Amino acid sequence: MSQAKVPTWVSVALIPFLNIMMAFIVSGLVILAIGENPIEAAGYLIYGAFGYDEGVGYTLYYATNLIFTGLAVSVAFKGGLFNIGGEGQAYIGGLGVGLVCLALDHTMPLYVIVPLAIIGAAVFGAGWAYIPAYLQARRGSHIVITTIMFNFIASSLMVYLIVNWLKEDGRMAPNSRTFEENAWLPYLHKILSPLGIEIGDSPLNLAFVLALICCVLVWALLWHTRWGYQLRTLGTNPTAARYAGIDTAKVTIWGMLISGGLAGFVGVNEIMGVNHSLLLNFTAGYGFAGIAVSLMGRNHPIGIILAAILFGALYQGGSELAFEIPTITPEIVIVIQGLVILFSGALEHMFKDRIEGFFIRRAVA
Amino acid sequence: MGVPFKADELFLDMTNKTMPYAIELRDISKRFGAVQANKDICLQIPAGTIHGIIGENGAGKSTLMSIIYGFYEADTGYIEVDGKRVDIRSSQDAINAGIGMVHQHFMLVENFSVLENVILGAEGGTLLKGGINTARVELQRLAQEYSLDIDVDAIVEELPVGLQQRVEILKALYRGARILILDEPTGVLTPQEADHLFRILKALKEQGVTVLLITHKLREIMASTDNVSVMRQGQMVADRETVKTNKEELAELMVGKKVRLTVDKDDAEPSQVLLSARNLSQFDEQGVKRLKNINLELRAGEIVGIAGVSGNGQSELLNVLSGIEPMSEGEIHIADQVITSKNPKDAAQMRDLKMAHVPEDRHKMGLVTGFEAYEAAVLGYHNSKTYNGKILMHRKVMIDECNERMAAWDVRPPNPHLKTANFSGGNQQKIVIAREVEQNPDILLIGQPTRGVDIGAIENIHEQIVKLRDAGKAILLVSVELDEIMALSDRIIVMFDGAIVGELDAKDADERTLGLMMANAYNEEKEGESA
Repeated sequence: MSQAKVPTWVSVALIPFLNIMMAFIVSGLVILAIGENPIEAAGYLIYGAFGYDEGVGYTLYYATNLIFTGLAVSVAFKGGLFNIGGEGQAYIGGLGVGLVCLALDHTMPLYVIVPLAIIGAAVFGAGWAYIPAYLQARRGSHIVITTIMFNFIASSLMVYLIVNWLKEDGRMAPNSRTFEENAWLPYLHKILSPLGIEIGDSPLNLAFVLALICCVLVWALLWHTRWGYQLRTLGTNPTAARYAGIDTAKVTIWGMLISGGLAGFVGVNEIMGVNHSLLLNFTAGYGFAGIAVSLMGRNHPIGIILAAILFGALYQGGSELAFEIPTITPEIVIVIQGLVILFSGALEHMFKDRIEGFFIRRAVA
Repeated sequence: MGVPFKADELFLDMTNKTMPYAIELRDISKRFGAVQANKDICLQIPAGTIHGIIGENGAGKSTLMSIIYGFYEADTGYIEVDGKRVDIRSSQDAINAGIGMVHQHFMLVENFSVLENVILGAEGGTLLKGGINTARVELQRLAQEYSLDIDVDAIVEELPVGLQQRVEILKALYRGARILILDEPTGVLTPQEADHLFRILKALKEQGVTVLLITHKLREIMASTDNVSVMRQGQMVADRETVKTNKEELAELMVGKKVRLTVDKDDAEPSQVLLSARNLSQFDEQGVKRLKNINLELRAGEIVGIAGVSGNGQSELLNVLSGIEPMSEGEIHIADQVITSKNPKDAAQMRDLKMAHVPEDRHKMGLVTGFEAYEAAVLGYHNSKTYNGKILMHRKVMIDECNERMAAWDVRPPNPHLKTANFSGGNQQKIVIAREVEQNPDILLIGQPTRGVDIGAIENIHEQIVKLRDAGKAILLVSVELDEIMALSDRIIVMFDGAIVGELDAKDADERTLGLMMANAYNEEKEGESA
């Protein structure tokens, strides 16, 4: 029997491209239906995301969050685990960052606070993922169910903590006090401008660099360490993992800890990099969007960077679009984002089988 | 022997009877990819008889039954029921044609009552009440007619397995089945429950129901059927009237005679015991005993072959010995270690005791088909110092070693970066065997070493196994190929139903003796002779 193969470029480039085009075509129909010109709208969207320095900054700032959550989903997925709890892990990770900053910003310099905050994010995010991981590995509770439930628990917990314990006295808004400036993760435009590079004001901060470092680390971890080897074995063939003497429970737990830690880094970007205070709902759905990012990026760090930038562009270009064409409300922009998620995530297999079949038949013929 | 009979010739005397066949298969063929699961199957089953279909696991019995029951569609051929051609595309079509099936693994909703299970899919209306009342009356009638007593309001999961099976039979009858297929019905039953089942089948037969009994147990065929058909490698190789055949003939037909393999080897010189298993038992999740008090010794410098129809505990034995599955009772002595259920060792720890294991199923267990060849070539040894630095794995070492082994074992194509799935079966097997043998183990467990491997590669693999023996290693060989067992082994152990039922020197083994032992009929026959 000949073992026909689908060319790599088909699965990593052509199919995602077709999925996105499909999403844009349907989005175009939606925009036509509300009486606007889709081409013009696309123009605003692309200009808004990539057309000027600040736009690019915003796009990359959104992408930073999505890289973290996308990596989180992909690490778990490589181990055969579907971590839906990125949202909650990111939320609790933010708590870790916030507590470190609130505790140390009066006494410690930035270079002490930064590593501790990063550790805080990882430990809190991982800790939040540990309970579902333990329940899956040792008790057989399904991780999809438990991680979803832990999102709700995280949300309620944060409301309780911020409103009752962390809110600044004499303030109406449910925020903690603003951190002292030595606990602010530096903006990239502030770092680069002394070097003579002007990139325009945007929330893009050093967390973006952390995200890129995480991509390299995840890549090395998955494909160049025995730990990643065990995780991938477990994810693709659990029977072979048992044959190989891999402690599946242990690997499951570690996989989820790393996944949760990565999701927790959203807190570094949002809390330490942009908001400079602990607040409600800063995760804004990045945890869920991370699932689509990971799927679209084929669970590979490079794919995740590209997919995260695409989604970041949709966030940023979308708000620009809603601003320029008032009839296209923010809700319509959410519809467009939803369509991209739908076609690249949920309907991923719509074209896949047919296109792969086509290339397999061609290879056989 | 082994020549396919034309079913027409065999049942010549029966064609005089006026009754048409309850079910007739005409030239049924089914192919899955490269595997021809069924080839030109013809079968005629007279109404009101119990017809056995016997064959080894993988002979194509289940595929054939799935075709009759509408799970698969045949590529060619057709089915006639009561002399009329029927088109069965789904299980609903099969039910409409009067065919019912009792699966090996029951299709019951465990927390429903018997009554609810029986009407499932045949509720007869939006509201359950009407259907339930009708069913209650009908079930009483069926229970009386076929002596299938059961408490219809009992919850299924609270019933013993034998009664759960009875629910399955009632389900089929309630749907008007006149032809009942039972797939390995006694696999989950105690001997008493099995006897009871056969009494029920006889009662069904007396009421005119046609029964198709799928099994690989010869005793059941001889005890309960009117006619028997033998399947081997996807083909129907013989039809017999049960009274005119015997276990011995059926066993030979099942296993078949093949071209004799020869392996050049000197006499074994077994020395010290490297592994001994004492009273080893294993229960599965349902509490069924899959391994029964196995006592076994492996000595340095010998090949011990385990013969048996597959599914008789060989896989469980390999898995328990290699640490993949826990044992329930007994001890394994290896080196100076004693392994018990309280002091278990996992597969990695067994490897540390210099035991290597070539699993029976390379796809499910031996390889990760999504991995590149060089990655699959370290599976199980991935923690070894050879392949690891402090943090990163030494990819170059792994790839270089993979290249060397591919050359030494003639793996084609010799490309360490090719996905494991894209090698042919024989080459995949070489990757697995090379991985295990090159570790230079003291003990090698090897399951189905040449399944799906071409002739040239078989010779190579056999040579390597003998070479390992001559180097003073202990080898446990499990194979469903009798030829392979006889050609390679120095000592042969026969397993049946989870227990060791015979042991003999390879020099004294012949196919007839082994075949009888595999069917657990050897001792009975000897008793018969002496009586």
